[in-house]
Amino acid sequence: MDHIKQIISKNVKVYGMVIALVGIAILFQLLTGGILLTPLNITNIIMQNSYIIVLAIGMLIVIITGEIDLSVGSVAAFVGAVAGILLVNHDLPIVLSIMICLLIGAAIGAWQGFWTAFVNIPSFIVTLAGMLIFRGLTLVALQGQTLAPFPNGFRSLSSSFLPDIFGGGDLQLFTIFIGIILSVLYITGEIRMRQSDRKYHLQVSSNVLFITRLIVFVSIINLFTYMLALYEGIPYVLIILFVLIIGYSYVMNKTVLGRHMYAVGGNENAAKLSGVKTRKIKFLAFINMGIMAALAGLIFAGRLNAATPQAGNLFELDAIAAAVIGGASFTGGVGKVFGAVIGALVMGVLNNGMSLMGIGIDWQQAIKGLVLLGAVAFDVLSKNK
Amino acid sequence: MTSTILEMKQITKTFPGVKALDDVNLQVQEGEIHALIGENGAGKSTLMKVLSGVHPYGTYEGDIIYKGNRCEFKNINDSEKMGIVIVHQELALIPELSIAENIFLGNETAKKGIINWNRTFINTRELLGKVGLHVEPEEQIKNIGVGRQQLVEIAKALAKEVQLLILDEPTAALNEKDTENLLQLLLEFKKQGITSILISHKLKELFQVSDYITVLRDGKTVSSYSLKEGNVTEKRIIKDMVGRDLSNLYPDRNHKIEDHVVFEIKNWSLYHPLDSERKMLHDVHLRVRRGEIVGLAGLVGAGRTELAMSIFGKSYGKKITGQLFKDGQEVVFNNVDQAIKHGVAYVSEDRKEYGLILIDSVKNNLTLSNLRKLSNKSRIDENQEVVEAEKLQEKMNIKTPTIFQTVNNLSGGNQQKVVLGKWIFTEPDVLLLDEPTRGIDVGAKYEIYKIINDLAEQGKAIMMISSELPELLGMCDRIYTLSEGRITGDHDTSDATQESLMTYMTESRRS
Repeated sequence: MDHIKQIISKNVKVYGMVIALVGIAILFQLLTGGILLTPLNITNIIMQNSYIIVLAIGMLIVIITGEIDLSVGSVAAFVGAVAGILLVNHDLPIVLSIMICLLIGAAIGAWQGFWTAFVNIPSFIVTLAGMLIFRGLTLVALQGQTLAPFPNGFRSLSSSFLPDIFGGGDLQLFTIFIGIILSVLYITGEIRMRQSDRKYHLQVSSNVLFITRLIVFVSIINLFTYMLALYEGIPYVLIILFVLIIGYSYVMNKTVLGRHMYAVGGNENAAKLSGVKTRKIKFLAFINMGIMAALAGLIFAGRLNAATPQAGNLFELDAIAAAVIGGASFTGGVGKVFGAVIGALVMGVLNNGMSLMGIGIDWQQAIKGLVLLGAVAFDVLSKNK
Repeated sequence: MTSTILEMKQITKTFPGVKALDDVNLQVQEGEIHALIGENGAGKSTLMKVLSGVHPYGTYEGDIIYKGNRCEFKNINDSEKMGIVIVHQELALIPELSIAENIFLGNETAKKGIINWNRTFINTRELLGKVGLHVEPEEQIKNIGVGRQQLVEIAKALAKEVQLLILDEPTAALNEKDTENLLQLLLEFKKQGITSILISHKLKELFQVSDYITVLRDGKTVSSYSLKEGNVTEKRIIKDMVGRDLSNLYPDRNHKIEDHVVFEIKNWSLYHPLDSERKMLHDVHLRVRRGEIVGLAGLVGAGRTELAMSIFGKSYGKKITGQLFKDGQEVVFNNVDQAIKHGVAYVSEDRKEYGLILIDSVKNNLTLSNLRKLSNKSRIDENQEVVEAEKLQEKMNIKTPTIFQTVNNLSGGNQQKVVLGKWIFTEPDVLLLDEPTRGIDVGAKYEIYKIINDLAEQGKAIMMISSELPELLGMCDRIYTLSEGRITGDHDTSDATQESLMTYMTESRRS
């Protein structure tokens, strides 16, 4: 029982946010008369927020190492502009263009990481400069113009769906099938983990609790894929997100690199004296952020079907807000990938719900600001107890 | 005919887990220079912080009677209003501001919030004259040396119309000439009727200027002497400072020292990281054999921690020169990771700042320095990690409900065991232990000593830094004394006494 209590208290931030997300969803479901949770709108919420989720994951890692990146919106815009030039003006192959764009993102990340990690300039300043530099370079690259349209193959990255190879008509059978596959993978994975825990004589939860948890998660997975199947199925961008979330959760939780990132943010001095190469870790966090910003820029450009100078405006604030609402701490060392995703979805559902209700963008901003402040205040107050 | 200006009666001050002051009494006569002396951690600075209101009334027990009135200082302003001014060991000046701004900081010559700069500069010049410092008031603090900064601090005290001046280790960072100036200044103040309390490790200075001397030890007043009669010797004071009962505080050890030298340092010199003119260590030589515990004794500022950290992957200092030998082979550690790979471990004196990730779990702290043992390529085998962490928990007797507990919630002694466990997990051959028992209670100390003895019996080479001489005498086979960045002696513990060590620790170039 103590063990369970500990797990709950340890994860209270993440669970708290999941509950908050469910609460907000139910609230808007009622306020919008059932529009929020229609298949079409669920698909919309995912696609509208995909690039924020991508940024939030990158931002989370930067925040975990105790730094911040204010430039991601400008970097996303700049990479979008480069994509426009490569694809619209020069008709380069799509895969090659995407590769070039991601490399540019990595290079930008390395630039900012260099000044932060090796020259010891506060990342707030380095990336504030980056915000100006890359916004300016976006304008230079586009010469103030909007480049459009992108080739179809590129657009599908952010606006197309997996085709239904089973030909299911109104209900996408392939999507349902994927849901079932995921459920099987999930269940076998959990059972294997339980067996290995037993082998090492570690405490495991009771059978009843274990089975209840399996049932709850399997229902959520299948309900979700069923809703998607009722519309057009699984968007490509959801696959990207899925891979990123699983991949980064794995890196942060299971690898030496992830452990070192938490250690650097938790106590840089102690980490250094424990043999962690603190500068290298911070440098890597920024390179990763650059790649993620580039990816977000590509998804956004594809969705808009244009490279515009105003792209990515205020993305940095959405990404920071998502990470913080999801439980990341500005003092570093704390935060979970899953939490940042939930944080991004909380902001996304708020946006979407308020738009459906016809609330103006002015009030939306103000309410989102209050939610951000409230989430952090809750966190600080609960810690002081 | 002198009268008592200050009386501190039965002062007791407790920090979590430690009694810093235990029923301390101090009596200071008006117009005298009163010396306060004791080992590191004896409670001198704490006592002065109680007096000046840094530790406010209510956080300690006992009475402060100043000029016949019972005082209840809630903060430093209260005591300063009464003319009690403390100049701290770490100077509290703002480097980017001018001398004048610093002297009148918080005490500005102003009308309705607008500073009268002319008045300020005139007053500053006058004050600087009094302390014999001939520098322009506009000069920035960062442009003047430490000795002059010390004088600025004193001028700042004068600006507050000081009647009782407290100087905490004022000469620790000063050279001979600046020290002499400062002592002359104190004698000058005495003529003007200002009472001073002088805290110092340097006995010679104290004997030169003081009228009265009070010795503290382990948070208690041990003795008080008038120096006017001239029948008190330095030896007597040293005995009072260190005299303690040693029986049964230290566990027995099966000494199995081999001739094989595991670790050796030759000609090790380095400079201060921020001040490349200031040489912190001068040609240090030392060696540790297999199964040996070697002590490193020195006063604060002697360079003990600087030595250990500079060895450990150049974590401290600039322009490091010298050689390191591990098992007879020369080695170079450019970062901590290389030091760990060569089997060297360093347990920091400040476990909260440099030893632990307080917000992380016991398990993650224990394994952080040697994750490579638990991972194949990059994936951490978490099951293996839990097994190893629980083994360490048991071995070190770390008292925690589970290894998933956040380290912050553990007591000081258990935190220290986590730090030691973390380094034992790296399977080192050489352990540099910096104040391994600082701030933990007697019971936990005994357990830590046992762990250290076990390590030595396993054939590890151990270098132990400690401010507590009895601890070094009780634990070590050999003790090096360090003073002002130089090794001043290599003593067999069987021949050494606290008094003899203290003599070498206070030995300075100039004497």
